[in-house]
Amino acid sequence: MSSFRKKEKKSVGAVSTASLPDIVFMLLFFFMVVTVMRETDPKVRITLPQASELSRLEKKHLVNYINIGPPFDAEQYGSEPMIQLDDAFARPEDISAWYVKATEKVNESEKGQLTTSLKVDQKTKMRTITAVKQELRNLQALRINYSTVRRDRTE
Amino acid sequence: MPRRKLEEINAGSMADLAFLLLIFFLVTTTMDTDEGIVRLLPPPVPNDVTPPEIIERNVYIVLINARDLLLVENEYTQINQLKAGAKRFLIADGIFRDLPEDPNLPQKRWVRKAELEAKLEEYKAQLAAAAEKDKESILDAIDRVEKKLIAVKLLGEYKELPPSAVISMQNDNQTSYDMYIQVNNELESAVGELRDEISLEKFGITFTELQELANNPEMKDMYRDKYYAIREVIPQRISEAEPRQSTPVN
Repeated sequence: MSSFRKKEKKSVGAVSTASLPDIVFMLLFFFMVVTVMRETDPKVRITLPQASELSRLEKKHLVNYINIGPPFDAEQYGSEPMIQLDDAFARPEDISAWYVKATEKVNESEKGQLTTSLKVDQKTKMRTITAVKQELRNLQALRINYSTVRRDRTE
Repeated sequence: MPRRKLEEINAGSMADLAFLLLIFFLVTTTMDTDEGIVRLLPPPVPNDVTPPEIIERNVYIVLINARDLLLVENEYTQINQLKAGAKRFLIADGIFRDLPEDPNLPQKRWVRKAELEAKLEEYKAQLAAAAEKDKESILDAIDRVEKKLIAVKLLGEYKELPPSAVISMQNDNQTSYDMYIQVNNELESAVGELRDEISLEKFGITFTELQELANNPEMKDMYRDKYYAIREVIPQRISEAEPRQSTPVN
C-alpha cells in the first residue's frame, strides 16, 4: 500500500474548454451545409396546402420563387392576395420582365431545367394563379412547382 | 534562461466567436426543404389553332366549380371518390389481361413484342433512306418504340391507352387553390397507386422506392429501365384544359 501514494490535492482539476469551440463549429458547419441563404423576406402570409405526391426540388440555383398570398401589412396593402416577386409586389403583367432578368445569367444548357416554384396561400382563388401560369407559358417557363407540405396519401 | 512554462490559451473566447457565427447563420438562412408537385405546363397555344376533336370516351373530365364542388364525368363526386374513378379510367379494359370493355372508358390496344420488333425494322430502313431533315423525327419514333420494347421485356405484353386518352381538369376562377391542389393530388395519387401495384407485383418494391433507386447515381443502371417501363405502361395523362376567358366577377 505504501507504493500507491495517496493524491495530495482534493480539488478537481479545471475542465479543459479547448474542445468547446470544436463542438460549436460542428453545429455551425451543419447549418452551413443544410440551409440556404434566404434571399428575400416573405411579404405575404402563406399557409401551404398539403399533398402526398411530391418531388423534391433539385438544383436550387435554377429555381425562381413567386409568393402569392395576403400581405402581412394589411393596413397598407389590404387583405386580398398579392403576388410577390423578389422584394416587391407585382401584377401578373410584371412577371415577364422579372423572369427575363432573373434568368439572364443561366447557361443555355441549363435553361431547360429552370423551374418556377409557386408558393401560394391555400385560400387564394385560382384566378390569380391562372393568370400567373398563362404568363409563364408565354415565357416558355413551363416547368413549375406547386409548393406544398408533405402528408400521407389518402386511403 | 529557464523557459517559462507556456501559458495555455484560454479557449473560452473561441467558443464565443463560434457562437456569434452560428447565430448569424441561424438568422440569415432558412432550412427550406422545398417540396412540391412538379408540373409541366403545356406550351402556349396560338389563337388561330383549332382544338382537335374530342373523343368523349377517351377523356375523363374533372370540373371544379366556384364553390369547390367536383363534377366528374357529369356526376357530383366527393374528393375521396376521385382517386377510385381515375384509377378505373386508367385501367379501362385491362392492363396485362383483358377486362370487359366499357363504352364510357377508353379502348386499349395490346402492345405485342413481334409488332414492335417489326416496326423497329421498318423505322431503321426508313432512317437509312431518309434525307437529313427527316432523320430526327424517325429517331424519335425509334426511341419511342425502343422504350415500349423495354417495357414489354421487363413487364410482359401490356395494353396501352390510346394517345388521345387523358384526364382533363378544369377549374373556375373562384375555385380555391387548396381544392385545386387536392384534386391534382388525388389524380396524381391514382397514377401513383397503379404504378405502385405493378411495381410491387413485378419487382417487389413500391414505385416510390423504385424512383428513389433510379435517381441514386450508384444504383441507377439496374433500376432506370424498370422505372421507365412502368411509366410507359401507366402514363401520367393529367392535363389542364385551356382556361376559359375570365368569368365576370360578381
